Amino acid sequence: MTSPVTPCPVTIRIQQDDFDIAREIAVLTGSRTDIGAVVSFCGICRADEGSAKISALTLEHYPGMAEEEIQRRADEATSRWPLNGVTIIHRVGRFIPGQNIVLVLTASQHRQAAFQAAEFLMDYLKTNAPFWKKEESASGTGWVEAQARDDEAAARWTRS
Amino acid sequence: MKVKYFAWVRERVGKAEETIEPPATVHTVEELIAWLSGRSEAYAYAFEKPKVIRAAIDHAHVKSDAAIAGAREIAFFPPMTGG
Repeated sequence: MTSPVTPCPVTIRIQQDDFDIAREIAVLTGSRTDIGAVVSFCGICRADEGSAKISALTLEHYPGMAEEEIQRRADEATSRWPLNGVTIIHRVGRFIPGQNIVLVLTASQHRQAAFQAAEFLMDYLKTNAPFWKKEESASGTGWVEAQARDDEAAARWTRS
Repeated sequence: MKVKYFAWVRERVGKAEETIEPPATVHTVEELIAWLSGRSEAYAYAFEKPKVIRAAIDHAHVKSDAAIAGAREIAFFPPMTGG
């Protein structure tokens, strides 16, 4: 594999507004011809949580730290994989099932790096980026509890 | 120093942020949690399970034994559930 000397722009946004995946991919790739793979992950507000029906989800974040923490993870991703671009957009506010919550785009010459980096970034967003979800259902509202399986997913990327 | 609270920690404490001046005997995050817990029932409730609480100093995650000396902003929050 060649050394990753290609430019790797990193875009991080935390916003209330929705995003357009096709547009974000077009911005990421632009007129470049060195990118051979773009992986996109889009997290969506889901209605079913176990047996409960979720009517809405509210996302709260820690302004300032959230951007810095995501930037640290993006920097780690670009040092671990030969990436040509990264876009991370996390929405905050109140969402109903079906609405977009998070977008991760990773671009690389080859698919493997793009797939792995996207998964790495999502695993860390779930467990280490300061965001919290509150659910609304017929039985009231409550904060979503962290899942052990998310911690395990993030832990597998830790280098010994 | 400024202290910020998020999610259910914020709801239980009853405020999003405040400025505090802990005594000189409070050196670590863990000790700060213990000191805050003694302020009122609301704080005691927020920090009733101190091992569950996550902390950040100046926007970076820290462990409970981290020193608070020189910190501008300390945040307390539950395990994160973003993404």
